[in-house]
Amino acid sequence: MVKVTYRAHDGSETVVEANAGTSLMQTAIANGIDGIVGECGGSAMCATCHVYVPEDWLQRLPPRSEVEDEMLDSAVAERKGNSRLSCQIVAAPEIDGIVVEMPEEQI
Amino acid sequence: MSAPETGVPEGGVREVVIVGAGQAGLQTAASLRQGGFEGGIRLVGDEPGLPYQRPPLSKAFLKKNAEPGSVALRNADFFEKQRIDLLAGETVTAIDRQARRVALASGGALDYDRLVLATGARNRRLPVPGGDHPDLAELRTLDHALAFRDRLRDAKRLVVVGGGYIGLEIAATARERGVEVVVCEAMDRVMARTASPALSAHVGKVHRDHGVSLRLAAGIAAIAEKGGRVTGVETAEGETIAADLVLFGIGVVPNVELAAEAGLETGNGIVVDPCLRTTDPTIFAIGDCASFAAPPCCGPKLPGRVRLESVQNAVDQGKAAARNILGPPQPYDEVPWFWSDQFEMKIQIAGLTAGSEREIDRWNAEKQRLTVYCFRGGRLAAVETVSNPGDHMACRRILAERLSPKLEEVEAAEFSMKEWFQQMRGR
Repeated sequence: MVKVTYRAHDGSETVVEANAGTSLMQTAIANGIDGIVGECGGSAMCATCHVYVPEDWLQRLPPRSEVEDEMLDSAVAERKGNSRLSCQIVAAPEIDGIVVEMPEEQI
Repeated sequence: MSAPETGVPEGGVREVVIVGAGQAGLQTAASLRQGGFEGGIRLVGDEPGLPYQRPPLSKAFLKKNAEPGSVALRNADFFEKQRIDLLAGETVTAIDRQARRVALASGGALDYDRLVLATGARNRRLPVPGGDHPDLAELRTLDHALAFRDRLRDAKRLVVVGGGYIGLEIAATARERGVEVVVCEAMDRVMARTASPALSAHVGKVHRDHGVSLRLAAGIAAIAEKGGRVTGVETAEGETIAADLVLFGIGVVPNVELAAEAGLETGNGIVVDPCLRTTDPTIFAIGDCASFAAPPCCGPKLPGRVRLESVQNAVDQGKAAARNILGPPQPYDEVPWFWSDQFEMKIQIAGLTAGSEREIDRWNAEKQRLTVYCFRGGRLAAVETVSNPGDHMACRRILAERLSPKLEEVEAAEFSMKEWFQQMRGR
């Protein structure tokens, strides 16, 4: 199990245990976390699972694919240097304890 | 007691029953609660277990040893917290419109103020001798996927009957697992129902490049059997193609029987008005089973009524049904979009390609990107892209905002959908 903290726009945090191998988007949806929508079910098709990843965790993630990079341009909330699509971040022991920040809007 | 014109009961809507616990049905339930509905929500599905996503079943789910739980749309807690009564493994057998009650196979009944039919579709059977052999594989449900995944492990050669999205996704997945794959498509190109010729050609080529044996204009005349087992297929030309696993994916049939028996209008789906209401204003129909007029945002010279089989349609119509139950009904007008992942290709379509009068395609060899612009009535009606999500998303926005580049602009070699849209938005 991988510990993941979802920080909402208002600062409130929800901590969940993710199954290794599932995406942070799937984990959020499965746990009823409000700030992530995931309309396309994790296919990098909708940019509604947008999150900001704090720098120290961002460095530990595999880089964005070209598709993810292009899709982030369509995110409703401002795209920042640490923007990622949570459907492309897979829970793994190496990122146990990761914190992700959810934008105010996804759709 | 209810007002005869609108059927709104005194005290408002108290009970909503949703028939079908797939993507559309689940979305309706979730959106009702999100919209502040405090009444009873009964979500009835004939499949056991939690509502789940179908798209991964032809792709990632077949490649890895993913658990069924990994495709669930929500976890069990969600239904409890949202007070959504999920009746899984239960079938609605009849609708009594007078009494506003549905009968259940288990013997019970559910009263409703509003009913939402999200009954989806089932696979069309192969209309040839041997077409109902139990050995034949198909893919629609989680059970189908689990069974097929098992059989794929030991298969040496798979024949896929049907070169539509499902057949091609499965062909790609199986090929990537090292299985020899033959796809038999009856038309002269793949995805003939919805794709432009340019897209069909590109997709066919990529499959062949990966070693899929793609047989076009190869209708199936019969299933080959020996000793009670399926041994392959026989084409209309009389050729026998041997296989140790045969899967058919030749389209679906919408589940309209419940609606038809209740006297609702049906015709390639359950017929609904622009607000997604059937001929009975207290009953909605959404998702794969619904036949509705093409939304105005799809441009001029609309192709009449449509029935869209996509996640987007299920989700957006689920939201719309909830909205139209909770407030004054609004016409449904969302841009259709769709995707298919096959090998390294991310195929995306925005808008409706049907009735397209003019297609302009652009191939970027360096990035292996294809964009096909489809015009109808002088305006951009749809865009098909392969590995070009930027253009796809721009097109979705353009259609939603009723914008359109001119044909001459698109014909120019340097035209970029993404840049054109950014210019329009003044960014």
